[in-house]
Amino acid sequence: MADPAIKQMPQFGSNVGIAERAYRIRRHAVRMGEVQGQGYVGQALGIADVLAVSYFHALRYRPDDTLWEGRDRFLLSIGHYAIALYAALIEAGVLPEDELETYGTDDSRMPMSGMAGYTPGMEITGGSLGHGLGIAVGMCLGLKRKKSDSFVYNLLSDGELGEGSTWEAAMAASHHRLDNLIAIVDFNNQQADGPSRDMLSSEPVTDKFEAFGWHAQRVDGNDIEAVRDAFDTARTLTQPKPRIIVCDTRMAKGVPFLEAREVTHFIRVEPDEWALALKALEQGRRQ
Amino acid sequence: MRLSKFEPRTPLNAGERKTTSAMIASIAPEGVATRNAPFGHTLARLAHERPGIVGLTADLAKYTDLHVFAQEHPDRFYQMGMAEQVMISAAAGLAREGFTPFATTYAVFASRRAYDFICMAIAEEKLDVKIVCALPGLTTGYGPSHQATEDIAIFRGMPNLTIIDPCDALDIEQATEAIADHKGPVYMRLLRGKVPVVLDEYGYKFELGKAKMLREGADVLFISSGLLTMRTLEAARSLEADRVSCAVMHVPTIKPLDTAAILAAARKPGRLLVVAENHTIIGGLGEAVAGVLMREGVTPPFRQIALPDEFLDAGALPTLHDRYGISTAAIIERIKGWLG
Repeated sequence: MADPAIKQMPQFGSNVGIAERAYRIRRHAVRMGEVQGQGYVGQALGIADVLAVSYFHALRYRPDDTLWEGRDRFLLSIGHYAIALYAALIEAGVLPEDELETYGTDDSRMPMSGMAGYTPGMEITGGSLGHGLGIAVGMCLGLKRKKSDSFVYNLLSDGELGEGSTWEAAMAASHHRLDNLIAIVDFNNQQADGPSRDMLSSEPVTDKFEAFGWHAQRVDGNDIEAVRDAFDTARTLTQPKPRIIVCDTRMAKGVPFLEAREVTHFIRVEPDEWALALKALEQGRRQ
Repeated sequence: MRLSKFEPRTPLNAGERKTTSAMIASIAPEGVATRNAPFGHTLARLAHERPGIVGLTADLAKYTDLHVFAQEHPDRFYQMGMAEQVMISAAAGLAREGFTPFATTYAVFASRRAYDFICMAIAEEKLDVKIVCALPGLTTGYGPSHQATEDIAIFRGMPNLTIIDPCDALDIEQATEAIADHKGPVYMRLLRGKVPVVLDEYGYKFELGKAKMLREGADVLFISSGLLTMRTLEAARSLEADRVSCAVMHVPTIKPLDTAAILAAARKPGRLLVVAENHTIIGGLGEAVAGVLMREGVTPPFRQIALPDEFLDAGALPTLHDRYGISTAAIIERIKGWLG
């Protein structure tokens, strides 16, 4: 806590716990989903705990200066998860809360698929899957050239592991001993055409990454304590290796009637159900 | 003529000595002055003045002349292995951190394999990455796997990308410096190894985005880029003896195109306009020039010298250049035919 930068972070001196942050991230995401009546709300609800740990425990950043050189970089290679990151950035004070009503609308700073040129705090343009980890490799090389101690985080999805470029990047990261790289895989076992394991299985994921020279962990991505511990392990590890945390998450976590749905990659919700979703979140809220 | 599968493409005559294909055959005619690795030496020199320059390659440093830079600046060189997708993405990441990466591979691999990464990770964000690629067009006899005959067609549709097709060693040296100065993504076609020096006698100076009239002439206006500017200059000299007067305009920047210079030259009456390029007839400089002329209502007699819309044969480069009409002799013959 000696680093003055830490004092700029929203959680410093705050009594708001990570679980409450996760609840609020989910709430922002559901409200954004309501603007469009549909969308990648399932992913946002599933990854909210990981994002809460990222933005309110692990990452170093300044909400009012998203290009601050000393920040940790958080790369969203899965552009369609933008709704989740917007929700986290709203909670982190990077984006104003009232702007969520513009999600996916004309000329909004919050388009459906995340793009670096549109949104403060969105480091890269995601969406053509399989780009993020390679860009992270280059940023890690660049940070090492600058003798920076910042980390690069890259949030990938399980489906994205099907892209060959992800594995090129995985090899490059260990070859170049990128110990400033922390990859996070949201393993929700859902992609556009069905369960990821039935589309092109990446299992056993941690074995594969270990074989590629990475330090790998696998945790319940909706268990905040477990996620926090995994992030701490990844950040404090002294081995000269890139690190990966595979997070098994539940799509639509926190809204039981959506969790129960079989197909949740792109959720359509009836107008009257949004209020029910917010109510369900409220009921599950942990103080 | 397409032969059936597995049949020799040319008859095997007993005792006849065939020319052979070579991956990196020199495109320098005998007796022409050359300079060695103009790109590599220029980049190595520039890097002394510009600490932001870094180099990346996908297992082709030696074959893109980047090894010269790597030897001089080993700590600024990244060998990315045979992995073009991560090489390009990593170049994007380095640019995001404030560096100016020069990434090299063959033109086929950049244009076909790494397209999506160049497009989304680099061009969409106007990142300061220079993609410099050897074996453009028909500059190897290895066949379609190595012949980037359609790279310009592929890249012309990509917004924000500057496309350079330099002619000789002088052009490459000056263009390398110019693209290092230019903020933004660039694709440059590269002649590597011993590269001829031909533009020195024309008082030429590379300027990004500018076409240059190298010589004037009354009967034919060649508009050409890259290797084919060397050939059109030779053809123009030779045609002079036959009292055919040829102008040669060199267009090293394919995009953005110097439309003003092209239109001004094309408006001069009485000339046959011939666009010559080391590229397929589809989607390259020829169609770019044609589009400009049509849109402006400038319609001189128009011809193209370019590679056919085919997967080309393997073989020796001089044979192939003759076969596909981009050798100096083939150009001269076609001009004479067109002029009647």
